[in-house]
Amino acid sequence: MTLPTTSPVTAPDGLVWERLHPLTPLLRGYRVIGVLAVGLTQESVRSMPARVAAYLLLGAIPLAALYGFLSWRFTRFTIAESNLRLETGVLFRRSRRVPLERLQAVDIVRPLFARALGLAELRLEVVGGGRTEAPLTYLGEDRAAAVRARLLALAAGVAADAPPPPELVLVQVPGGVLAAAIALGGPAITGGLLVLGLGVLAVVRPEALLPVGISLFPLLLGTGGFAVRRFLTEYGFTVADSPDGLRLRHGLLETRAQTIPRGRVQAIRVVEPLLWRRFGWVRVEVDVAGYPGRHTGQEAQSATSALLPVAPKGLATAVLGHVLAGVDLARLPTAPPPRRARWRAPLLFPHLGVAWDDRHAVTTFGRLRRVTDVVPNEKVQSLRLVQGPWQRRLRLATLHLDTAGRDVHARAAHRDAAEAEALFERGVLLTRAARAAESASRAALRA
Amino acid sequence: MRRAQFLLTLGVLALPGAVAAVLLGQSLIAAAVVALAVIGALTVWTVTARQWRAWGYAEREADLLVRRGVLVWRLSVVPYGRMQFVDVTAGPVDRWLGLATVHMHTAAAASDARIPGLPTAEAARLRDRLATLGEARAAGL
Repeated sequence: MTLPTTSPVTAPDGLVWERLHPLTPLLRGYRVIGVLAVGLTQESVRSMPARVAAYLLLGAIPLAALYGFLSWRFTRFTIAESNLRLETGVLFRRSRRVPLERLQAVDIVRPLFARALGLAELRLEVVGGGRTEAPLTYLGEDRAAAVRARLLALAAGVAADAPPPPELVLVQVPGGVLAAAIALGGPAITGGLLVLGLGVLAVVRPEALLPVGISLFPLLLGTGGFAVRRFLTEYGFTVADSPDGLRLRHGLLETRAQTIPRGRVQAIRVVEPLLWRRFGWVRVEVDVAGYPGRHTGQEAQSATSALLPVAPKGLATAVLGHVLAGVDLARLPTAPPPRRARWRAPLLFPHLGVAWDDRHAVTTFGRLRRVTDVVPNEKVQSLRLVQGPWQRRLRLATLHLDTAGRDVHARAAHRDAAEAEALFERGVLLTRAARAAESASRAALRA
Repeated sequence: MRRAQFLLTLGVLALPGAVAAVLLGQSLIAAAVVALAVIGALTVWTVTARQWRAWGYAEREADLLVRRGVLVWRLSVVPYGRMQFVDVTAGPVDRWLGLATVHMHTAAAASDARIPGLPTAEAARLRDRLATLGEARAAGL
């Protein structure tokens, strides 16, 4: 196969610029074809004489091809002076510089069509901006891995030409266990109960089935869609440890390999849904700064905050201790709030708790779905002590730990007011010490 | 801040009253509406006064403490090193009264360090001081 060259070119400015894979326009063209297909169904087009529509289409295809080629031709990137520089745009040139010491995570995403062609998309996550900045779409698979290794090495302050570090697989989640776990999760159970209810209704009052079914359809679609999407996303979940960070691979159709460099974990959440407890299963989620919000619609299908979609508790604890050095949930007993907190939170009360040592804060809440949040002291952004009117009556207060992630919201809820205040003061000192220690170790690394 | 809110409320409440008076030509109803507006504004005045008294901040050695709230008490501590940027904002009424709001942002969306109703000069001083301290103590994410 003869393709235009992708070999690096040395520009007059002395930088070695690289290009994306030459098949990129072809793959991106799928989107154009999609837009065209939608356009064809429009009324205004349909009412057009068939010949005009055909001419329009025939004209659009070469134009789109030309545009695709030009945009590929005008896109180039280079890694220089611990920055990634990316230049794009045919008419409006855009030059972007991503400082690599700010790098939060690197993902290699392979949508289905790209997989068929052996291509992959490299996404860099940095803090700020509501979406993934500077995605390199698309690179050859090997090249994507090589560029990732280079970026991570530079971000960690290691020589860029060091050989790609070896990976050590820690956990692999079997597909059957994943399917069972999702089936026993809240959304799937809700969906199942709905279907059961509809079945009963069909027998008892068949004439009511249609209106009720239609009104419940969105809910059914939502719960079912959630379960299916979760399975597709988290199928084949593998947690591996590599010297440049934690590597998470997952996905059935669209696969994704996330790399979270050391020290980029903002917080961890351990979730135990009701029906999982008898199997001793837990789900572990990780919060990393910089990922686009789940609800902004900017994120690809395969995004997930899971660190472990499902695992036995012992294994999860071991992985947790690996990710956040020194965390041992079993050895950090959380203290319950005073008994009078039952008046404020009668349902939540039995599972509220907090523990805070010189490295991490651990808070728990939730009744049906037990949640344990772990925040390293050096990742706490700010502390908030809040007391509502009810709480004041009962001499209770809630301490919130604000972190830079988007999912985990650790809080020591409904503590004794005096204890909460003491915890606040202690937290200020603990986080200050942790920040100082981290700054010092970072400075030592740079030197 | 207190006066700003008072004037705003008075305006917002009294305007429909005046409009109603003109439209209906019913002086009694119009007078009642205006009276209600004044009562409303007075209530807001006292509530705002309490809010204003509850609001306080302290620049400590390594962090900023902000306290606020009448019904719900809140106390936040934001280390200077965690600051991502500072905002100083002033609406039209604020500007007219020579006031401004200082808002300190961290990487966490939930952080809550907002100080409203500062005299413009004090707001500028605080902003510059926070910026300087933030740079000196900057901690990575």
